[in-house]
Amino acid sequence: MSVRVGKTDKAAAFPVAAKTALKNDQLRANVRRATDTIRGKRALRVEEMPDWQKLRDAASAIKAHTLRHLDEYLVEFEKNCELVGGKVHWARDADEANAIAVKLIKEYGGTEVIKVKTMTSDEVQMNVALEAAGITPIETDLADMIVQMGHDEPSHIVVPALHKNRFEVRDLFRETMQKPELTEQPEELTGAARAYLRERFLKVKIGVSGANFAIAETGGVCVVESEGNGRMCLTMPDVLITLVGVEKVIPRFEDLEVFLQLLPRSATGERMNPYNSLWCGVHPSDGPKAFHVILLDNGRTNLLHDEMERETLECIRCGACLNACPVYRETGGHAYGSIYSGPIGAILSPQLQSLEHSRSLPYASTLCGACYEVCPVKINIPEILIHLRGRVVREEQATLGGKLAVENLAMQGAAIAFKSQRRYEAAQRLAQAGQALFREGDQLENLPGMAGGWTKYRDLRAIPKQSFRDWWKSRSNGGNA
Amino acid sequence: MHIALFVACYNDTLFPETGIAVTRVLERLGHTVTFPLAQTCCGQMHYNTGYHREAVPLVRRFVEMFRDAEAVCVPSASCVAMMREHYEMMAEAENDAAFLADVRSLLPRVFEFSELLANRLQTEDVGATFEHSVTYHPSCHSLRMLHVGDAPTRLLRRVRGLSLLELPKKEQCCGFGGTFAVKNVDVSVAMLTEKQGCVVETGAEVVTALDNSCLMQIYGGLHRSGSAVRTMHIAEILASEGVAR
Ligand code: SF4
Repeated sequence: MSVRVGKTDKAAAFPVAAKTALKNDQLRANVRRATDTIRGKRALRVEEMPDWQKLRDAASAIKAHTLRHLDEYLVEFEKNCELVGGKVHWARDADEANAIAVKLIKEYGGTEVIKVKTMTSDEVQMNVALEAAGITPIETDLADMIVQMGHDEPSHIVVPALHKNRFEVRDLFRETMQKPELTEQPEELTGAARAYLRERFLKVKIGVSGANFAIAETGGVCVVESEGNGRMCLTMPDVLITLVGVEKVIPRFEDLEVFLQLLPRSATGERMNPYNSLWCGVHPSDGPKAFHVILLDNGRTNLLHDEMERETLECIRCGACLNACPVYRETGGHAYGSIYSGPIGAILSPQLQSLEHSRSLPYASTLCGACYEVCPVKINIPEILIHLRGRVVREEQATLGGKLAVENLAMQGAAIAFKSQRRYEAAQRLAQAGQALFREGDQLENLPGMAGGWTKYRDLRAIPKQSFRDWWKSRSNGGNA
Repeated sequence: MHIALFVACYNDTLFPETGIAVTRVLERLGHTVTFPLAQTCCGQMHYNTGYHREAVPLVRRFVEMFRDAEAVCVPSASCVAMMREHYEMMAEAENDAAFLADVRSLLPRVFEFSELLANRLQTEDVGATFEHSVTYHPSCHSLRMLHVGDAPTRLLRRVRGLSLLELPKKEQCCGFGGTFAVKNVDVSVAMLTEKQGCVVETGAEVVTALDNSCLMQIYGGLHRSGSAVRTMHIAEILASEGVAR
């Protein structure tokens, strides 16, 4: 089995990628404007809910329960889905999922597919596999379409083209749709997109979708969206193939009562999504004539054994943590090197894929807790980040290079100093004396090593000659404890 | 009340004036302050950076030292967050029942400085005078982990002569984040730039917080930009009796 998450294996370390992003003022302005807007709307829609915290508790409890019994619920889903005419396929990893999709599309004689809600398909890089097999994927979610047209990467899990403003979209549409007369008016842009997409909705016979929820009790699948393009993709084609991560299963239909309140308010600040599509199997006179579900593992089950890691799988991909994150606010999503960006990306990518591909991600956070505060399923992201940092450190320390790394040596040194009053006070003296080399008046300048990153951009007051304990000793003649 | 002070290693070394101020405030209110000299670090830096094994002896050391305290005062919200969020979990992982019992019994007696004053001691007016305009930055740990709420601003509002100015986007992180400040220098500085801009926008003479770590970051940006806005730990304001610093 080989787990792949988008292009994470080729991604630069977060601090490096972030540095590039920080230079892009347009991108940062777009990200700030967009996240500020969504955050504001979310706050309004959350404040009006007296039972918000209880809903969060309920959601977290349902998800935790489901993940503890995932094996049973998945089998139940499969059974019920097939009872009503669906067909369930199991994919261990990206390659298997893509192979299943390609095989199905070929069997139905398709050369084009329309797609919606495709984050999971981006995770497995399905478009690359489809194109390699001579199949043209057409993204129909407006933002996904913009990303695809621009040969770009999604930068937000709910608003994939959040990094683009309407002027940039206008230019892209002018070029790809050959419509030089387009202006940046939102109505005009959506109008152009509508005309472009309608043509494809009417002619393409196979749809590929993702899903927000898979319901074990009914074998049904649920997609929520704002545009209606999803509804088109789910209902117009003859064949529908839905790719779902195994963690998306929920036990009962009535559980949607909780999630369909939390998700739209958290994701877009809407009370309800404009389009909530739910479907079960196939029906003679309506909708697709064939329905396939691909249940995808791709590293997810590796997280099940550990209680804290497992919590990551409770995510309903609402994006609230991205919009709340002060780091994401500065860098946007591309710096995370994965389709999963922001706080959830920082914990999900390194766990799905082995840590070595994304060792810098658990450190891409100040642990400020803004993500945990807004998460509708109460995933304690800061705690999981710290847990993953522990794994990174342990893995580093297992190698000679890691043992001898400056950071490790400094941390070991500090740990030894902190274990004894005598050594701690000696270290304090050493710091007080050693700073002479870097002292300019009452400031420290050009510090060596990692601390140099501080003094390069920020001032730092020199270490005072008298520590607090010195003061204490002097006033109480040797201390009182 | 007998209050044991855990000053935090970085305050001890870099910001002695904060510990002195805490001592002055508590003594002025008639409490007895002790400072166990064997104290070092709560383990936060190691733990949050991923050096979990290395943090355990520091946690044990803290717990042994303060086990019998009536109350422990910590003028650093992030250290208290470290204790409340992780000590119990760490003790559980150690499989040491006595250690775990000590942690559980000690934690309810550990207070961040403003919590101790406003909540535990129910004192809002600490008899301070500070004739300056001040803006308050609610540090992330105090806000979202300790949930100190309005305890700090209740204290500040009772300081004679002080005018409290609202900080725009106050709940946004300053970008310090411990080792984040050096591991992700560029992002940290970008975050600081926004925070610093908000501070300057208030027109306040002083920016205060419960954590000198955030204040060190904010100072770093303000001072580098040539701003005259000063950073002061809340204890220093509450200790002030009107004499210019
Ligand atoms: S981690 Fe929570 S807040 Fe972030 S996307 Fe998932 S459900 Fe939403």
